[in-house]
Amino acid sequence: MYDPPSSVELVTAVREFLEDHALPNLEGRNAFHARVAANALAIVARQLERGPEAEAREQERLAALLGTEGTLDEQNRELCRRIRSGRLALDDAGLVSHLRTTSLDKLAVDQPKYSGYRRAVEKYPSLQPTEPDESHRTLAADAARPRVPE
Amino acid sequence: MPRQELKALQTSLEAVVKERIPGASGVEGLRRLSGGASQETWSFDAHQNGAALPLILRRRARGPAQEALGGAISLELEAELLSLAADAKLPVPAVRCILVPTDELGSGFLMERLAGETIPQRIFRDEALAEVRPRLARQCGQILAGIHGIARDALPELPFAPADAQLEQYRGIYDRFDDPHPVFELAFRWIEENLPEPGKPSLVHGDFRNGNLMIDARGIRGVLDWELAHVGDPMEDLGWICVNSWRFGHIDFPVGGFGSREELAQGYESAGGDAVNFERVRFWEVVGSLKWGIICTMMLFGFRHGPDRSVERAAIGRRASETEIDLLELIAP
Repeated sequence: MYDPPSSVELVTAVREFLEDHALPNLEGRNAFHARVAANALAIVARQLERGPEAEAREQERLAALLGTEGTLDEQNRELCRRIRSGRLALDDAGLVSHLRTTSLDKLAVDQPKYSGYRRAVEKYPSLQPTEPDESHRTLAADAARPRVPE
Repeated sequence: MPRQELKALQTSLEAVVKERIPGASGVEGLRRLSGGASQETWSFDAHQNGAALPLILRRRARGPAQEALGGAISLELEAELLSLAADAKLPVPAVRCILVPTDELGSGFLMERLAGETIPQRIFRDEALAEVRPRLARQCGQILAGIHGIARDALPELPFAPADAQLEQYRGIYDRFDDPHPVFELAFRWIEENLPEPGKPSLVHGDFRNGNLMIDARGIRGVLDWELAHVGDPMEDLGWICVNSWRFGHIDFPVGGFGSREELAQGYESAGGDAVNFERVRFWEVVGSLKWGIICTMMLFGFRHGPDRSVERAAIGRRASETEIDLLELIAP
């Protein structure tokens, strides 16, 4: 229903403006906050791309693990209750692999450069973060953009 | 800060410098370094005997105190601990004067501004620090042994926060924010089930990590930011500096991103600290990762409901996931 550009393209355009044009003219705390702002927009773009698929997979895993149905929030609250009461614990391999996959999916959006994320992706090849659905892939042009050196 | 307020700050500071620091006068190059909505750190130069006197102002402005970050102590107490640490020959900035209400600057103190580097990425890269870098973890151990060795009867009244009290405190904070994190739940269980016997109650710095250490070519010149100091298990400080978030990408150097646990322990024991129990240090690393994750969530709350509307405040909630992957690696490797 909405005309192009896509949300990802719009957010990316703003981020590029901040990085390439605004930041070089800022100093001190303003430069720092502009960098944080650009990084926040990168998170938003990655979530727009990866979020729908990752959340759908999370919901499937939760239904299998818990045997209950509900919204993602309800299911996560149920999971929290079971862990707190000890009904689900560290000795449950399904629980641990679900949690690790979910955390990897969060980090693929929040902070894909994080050392703990990179290490876990290497260490657990069977638990790769969920790839975005092709229909959400709109950042191809971004990869070709000339980068301003940091 | 509006220009008028800045001018008032400058005027009040000039009066304090003149009246309270013998032979000193003037305030130049006043600039804000960091701090949240309620706590501020400022840098400036005064003159003393014809030379520049580099100073730092730490203050809390008047007004309702922000909810303490897991029990932050007053700045007056912080100044007292800095003086005690200086007496114990530990590297800390010298306190120059403690503010009183008539100074009209809020509560806080003036201290010497040390030269050196606190920014982790620069500490990892700076050529001038190449020689000292391999010695930092050992120095951390030595300094921590000194902090933990300060006699308890010399200490002012501080919060008592052994492991079980912190567990309860952070569980309370986590529950209050009502933001479900299954990994945090699992970590709480693990901590409950692995609580060690209480350690010998000692002065704990509480935030001893890369980022709060002033470092130059000679090594660690100053241990900063004592606001989370308390009495508790000394191994807490050794675990906290190993938390992966404080390695800033250098994951294979567990101590601050610059050294090994063995070096930390050697330094600690060589300076009179008790024998280091690595399992206990690891326990505190788990507690530390969980605490940092909950603090990230809590800081977001400050954005939603408090006065700090910065992007930084908002975005920090997205750093909780870093601690999740670290917690899983610690408790379910």
